[in-house]
Amino acid sequence: MKAQKSATIQRLEAHLHRRARWRVPEIVFWVAVLAAIVALPSRAALINEILVSGLFALSLDLILGLTGIVSLGQAAFLGLGAYAAAILASAGYADPTLGFAVGAAVAAIVGLATAPLLLRGGDLTRLMVTLGVSLLLGELANRNGWLTGGADGLNFSMGKVLGLFPIGFTGQRNAALYSYVVLFVLFAVARRLAQSPFGLALAAIRENRLRADALGIATGRRIVAIYMVSAAYAGVAGALLAQTTQIVSLDLFDFHRSADVMLTLIIGGAGYLYGGLIGAAAFVVLRDVISAATPEYWEFWIGALLVALVLIGRVRIWDFAGRAGSVLSFKPVRGDAA
Amino acid sequence: MLTILFDGVAYGMLLFVLASGLSVTLGLMNFINLAHGAFAMVGGYVTALMMNRAGVPFLATLPAAFLIPALLGVVLERTLYRRLYGASPLDQVLFTIGLVLMAMPVADFFLGDEAQQVNLPAWLSGSVTFHGVGISLYRLFIVVVCGLIAVALQLFLVKTRFGAQLRAAVDDARVADGLGINVDRIFAFAVGSGLAGLGGALAADVVGGIDPSFPVKFLVTFLIVVTIGGSNGILGALFGALLLGVLDVAGKYYVPSIGAFIIYGVMVVTLILRPQGLFARGDGR
Repeated sequence: MKAQKSATIQRLEAHLHRRARWRVPEIVFWVAVLAAIVALPSRAALINEILVSGLFALSLDLILGLTGIVSLGQAAFLGLGAYAAAILASAGYADPTLGFAVGAAVAAIVGLATAPLLLRGGDLTRLMVTLGVSLLLGELANRNGWLTGGADGLNFSMGKVLGLFPIGFTGQRNAALYSYVVLFVLFAVARRLAQSPFGLALAAIRENRLRADALGIATGRRIVAIYMVSAAYAGVAGALLAQTTQIVSLDLFDFHRSADVMLTLIIGGAGYLYGGLIGAAAFVVLRDVISAATPEYWEFWIGALLVALVLIGRVRIWDFAGRAGSVLSFKPVRGDAA
Repeated sequence: MLTILFDGVAYGMLLFVLASGLSVTLGLMNFINLAHGAFAMVGGYVTALMMNRAGVPFLATLPAAFLIPALLGVVLERTLYRRLYGASPLDQVLFTIGLVLMAMPVADFFLGDEAQQVNLPAWLSGSVTFHGVGISLYRLFIVVVCGLIAVALQLFLVKTRFGAQLRAAVDDARVADGLGINVDRIFAFAVGSGLAGLGGALAADVVGGIDPSFPVKFLVTFLIVVTIGGSNGILGALFGALLLGVLDVAGKYYVPSIGAFIIYGVMVVTLILRPQGLFARGDGR
């Protein structure tokens, strides 16, 4: 009995170690993205948008894909991070590194403060609370025009990254590289997080919160912690967005931002971290192509895609993709992410 | 002061009619239908177009504003929605957001993005003074119509066999199922969609015309009504809607600087204190 148990544990440990290793396709992925930035300077702005959207979708994946918490208010933290970075830059502290650190910190604090709201009620309550918080913050930004510029938004200039590389209109490739580095570092952290005992606890919560509770996992604290991390990630995404476009406006807090990011993640597949990045590339390129064809009605096709995706079944699509050749290191979540 | 209270009540009644269908879908089918506003938009368009293009009188358009969205609801329920009963909330949210994203460009494509106005007939557009309180006739009309709908719905739920089955299914779907109660979901869905359409038609004047962004603009408000009221009953939704209507109108009048904060704030506080809704029975399970 005892020997059998330890063999199981050994197998599990070996499995976890295998999972933690960086696979060749992953390395190829990151090198390819870097190569794309270097090789296509004329598309740098688009690539930068993909990278930032990817980071934003990654932040949602942390709570939706890993933990199974449905949120419709991720835009709250995008907006917070963006405005924090923008206000800082307008006040003369134009160093981008400082900007995104402050953006992350502000978003994390608000995330920590609002996370306890997630612990009550069902999925619908969570949807409403997260949505409510993002709308409240949007209204707050709208009302406090002296700080946020109100409906006009803020326009500001950024300093150089590390005092060396100018970003913005003159340095779009630098901006994309800057986003790339930030995204890569944060992705590596998220990847590590997902494979840590903490990440495994989150997976347990996603699969069955009641049982996770019964196993002695402090589910409430885990949820609060990951929500805070996710908020910080979204805050960084917001800060990057603000810094690389050098403009912020109230639409950062809009409902459609939260819906778009969910869509992005779903297109790419939730729960295996790369989904957000792949989804972001697909979403941004798709939007570019469709809106070039029908500038006013591109939303229709996005909506149709979403409806089709749900009707065919997200899980089935990902199972199929998995069978067709598991492209990246770990499989998408089986069963429902929610 | 009383005028504001009355306006608030009228707005609340309107919200109730708009959101009551949503509380049925949510309560009965556990279906998060974010596309509810799209049905309201259809109703608003039906009234606006019939009046502006065909010259049909306002009152005569209202039945159509109920029936057409109801019919649309039946078609969509049969073809699409029913596949998602019992699906995860995430799937339902994605699916209905998808529907909204499709509905808005369709409306835009056929009708343009400018707001379609509903021009009220002369007998509804004045106001009367009653004991020193100025009352807009149209708001009085809304209160009366919506009040009648609320009473009818409540009677329907309490007095009829179907209503009893519906309540049983909302209270505990599993037990109701076990007792052999088979609720006709299409009917409930159709009525809910129809009421949304009627609400959209009535609301068109109050919110300054129907335009393609209507489903998103009011989505949040509907959800707040349902959340505050609790999703298992007509009366809860009614009180929630009235509370919200009065608070919103009064808030925008007395403290315009806070404006929209009030309803969001009320919602967040409600969810903290009573996640199952202010007027829900029991412990919200």
